[in-house]
Amino acid sequence: MNLSYTPEQRAFRQEVRDWMEANVPSGPLPSFDLTREGFEAHRDWERKLNQGRWGMVTWPEELGGRGLDLIRWLIFEEEYYRANAPTRVNQNGIFLLGPTMMEFGTDEQKARFLPAMAAGDIIWAQAWSEPGAGSDLAGVRSTCTRDGDEYVLNGQKIWSSRAVFADWAFGLFREPGSERHKGMSLILFPLDAPGVTRRPIERMDGEQVFAEIFLDNVRVPVADRLGGEGEGWKVCMATAGFERGLLLRSPARYQVAAQRLIALYERHKDNLPASVGERVAKSWMDADAYALAIYAMCSRLASGGTIGPESSTNKIFWSELDVALHQTAMDILGDRAELMASAPDAGDVEGWLDGYIFALAGPIYAGSNEIQRNIIAERMLGMPRA
Amino acid sequence: MHFAFTEDQLAITDAARTMLIDTCTSADLRKQLESVEARDAGRWDTIRDMGLLGLMAPEAVGGLGMGMTDLVGIAEAAGYVALPEPLVELAGVTIPLLAELSDNRGWLDRAIAGEFVAVGHRVNSFVADADQAGALLLGHGDELHLVERGAVTLVRQESFDALRRLFKVEWTPAAATLVGQEWGQTAERGALLAAAQMIGIGQRCIDMAVDYAKDRTQFGKPIGSYQAVKHLVANAQVAIEFARPVVHAAAAELPLGTIASRARIAHAKIAAGEAADLAARTAVQVFGAMGITREADVHVFLKRALALKNAWGTAAVHTRTVMERMTDQRTGPDATFASELAAVS
Repeated sequence: MNLSYTPEQRAFRQEVRDWMEANVPSGPLPSFDLTREGFEAHRDWERKLNQGRWGMVTWPEELGGRGLDLIRWLIFEEEYYRANAPTRVNQNGIFLLGPTMMEFGTDEQKARFLPAMAAGDIIWAQAWSEPGAGSDLAGVRSTCTRDGDEYVLNGQKIWSSRAVFADWAFGLFREPGSERHKGMSLILFPLDAPGVTRRPIERMDGEQVFAEIFLDNVRVPVADRLGGEGEGWKVCMATAGFERGLLLRSPARYQVAAQRLIALYERHKDNLPASVGERVAKSWMDADAYALAIYAMCSRLASGGTIGPESSTNKIFWSELDVALHQTAMDILGDRAELMASAPDAGDVEGWLDGYIFALAGPIYAGSNEIQRNIIAERMLGMPRA
Repeated sequence: MHFAFTEDQLAITDAARTMLIDTCTSADLRKQLESVEARDAGRWDTIRDMGLLGLMAPEAVGGLGMGMTDLVGIAEAAGYVALPEPLVELAGVTIPLLAELSDNRGWLDRAIAGEFVAVGHRVNSFVADADQAGALLLGHGDELHLVERGAVTLVRQESFDALRRLFKVEWTPAAATLVGQEWGQTAERGALLAAAQMIGIGQRCIDMAVDYAKDRTQFGKPIGSYQAVKHLVANAQVAIEFARPVVHAAAAELPLGTIASRARIAHAKIAAGEAADLAARTAVQVFGAMGITREADVHVFLKRALALKNAWGTAAVHTRTVMERMTDQRTGPDATFASELAAVS
């Protein structure tokens, strides 16, 4: 056990820091969930990252990465959040589909999609949930009907993040007549294909963070199926592991939020009871605890271990920590907490309200926390299934 | 940067855990509770013969010369079995302190050989297992005294954890008993090892709750198949999962002796205390009425969790340390590890 960075790791941190300082846009980019302009500004940032070979540092060099280990990935993420760099518009691609494709994709698929993903040329949306299949994902009813070398896709998807402006989606479909976990396939399709209709859904703050996707006889080549025919469930579960666990939510994200919370508290503490200070300390400790858990997980992975049900404990922990952290900030802001940043006397409300609204979604997306608790109880602890 | 135990550490921990689980079963604890014996002589001999007591003692005096990261997993295992004997305190608190004295008056050798030396640090109101000790390390102002058992008067303070033996110590300092001016990292070691034991206690409570919930049937099904029960248990497991790495990091960082490493130990103590407390109360709830009886084993672990949560500094005391580090030193994603802050503390 050695809890200090090597000289090489320190040098790497400095290299990332220098690049971020030179390249991160000085002000925030316009939202990628509101306008095409904002979306494209984030795509440009992805291109810039890729040109600096910072798009996905753990990927092999031939795919635009640097082939770095997970500890360096954590260091990269720490510096990324420290620099307040833009949110990754292609996170569905690089963090979820990318790793899944490396595990299940054909060589042809990897060559065709991964460099384009790393370069920001194809921005991905996830098309799994349906109106009747949320937590119970095995209840999807959208179909893929084989017709020679093509599939014909029909059905309706919902809660697809980024799908309003994204280029492609990866969706879960089933053979007509199949049931539950059998007969499903994961299929990649362009969101501008004939027969695809998108309907944006506004979040409570007005941002179009997700869309419904209607598929009406959409034809895609069989070659765009990821993984075996009928093996979609297995492929999806691998993706879900990435989503809940290591990749979607870097500890650095919460450590930076905790740092902002500490600064907010310091500015206002003369007017606050000691109990608020303890809540701030709790959020800071939790963010560091999550970071330590992820460092431990990455160290185990480096020694040949695998990610198991701890991706579910992670998901519960980071989502609840995020809510609590933002609640504390809102309580410190007091009667200014409800103000939009545009209000003349908003003062230092900054993005706390937006952050709070986003945090509320955390216990829901990527498999609701109730589902995660079932997974912990059944797969980690061996309690009987209902 | 590598945050994992070595193969050797895992092997030693595993051997110790197996021994403790085999020799400190539920039946053994019941027998000991009934007899009100402080020690199981056979078990203590086994612990000594495995060399666990001298784990952190220098090799020159017959110890293994290891560190806190080697002991922390064994402390978890001791908590997991609610070990009545003071293995953790002797190996992890007393012996490192004796080893730091310029003159330990022969007590280091005797402690490694299994003779108990109690520690009366000012952070604790009472001295644990003082009646079992051949000598006591006691504080008088900043002075550290090594006092023979015969020279003190003990007043038993009954704990509701009948396997814990607490005493108020009445004594008079003398020039002859003065052995030093420094407690060193005694308080940090005590707090960290209490935290490690609480991780084990919490995990045991969860494991007991799971076993019971698989077995106990209501409405025609095992109660463990109901989500209301599953989610209680899952929440306790989440608390354990995010306290354990803090405890392990605290063990690795302890030697730094900086405000950052002390704050990590404080965090470990707070988080492990909350996790063990939640797990113990969850076990009580899952066991239902059985949970508040002496017939189920839950009470043994609930009592130990409550005792250790407040031993070696309460959550309030440790929160002060955490807030001092949080406000006086750099925070953020490049300041996770105490090693990053050592130079400026």
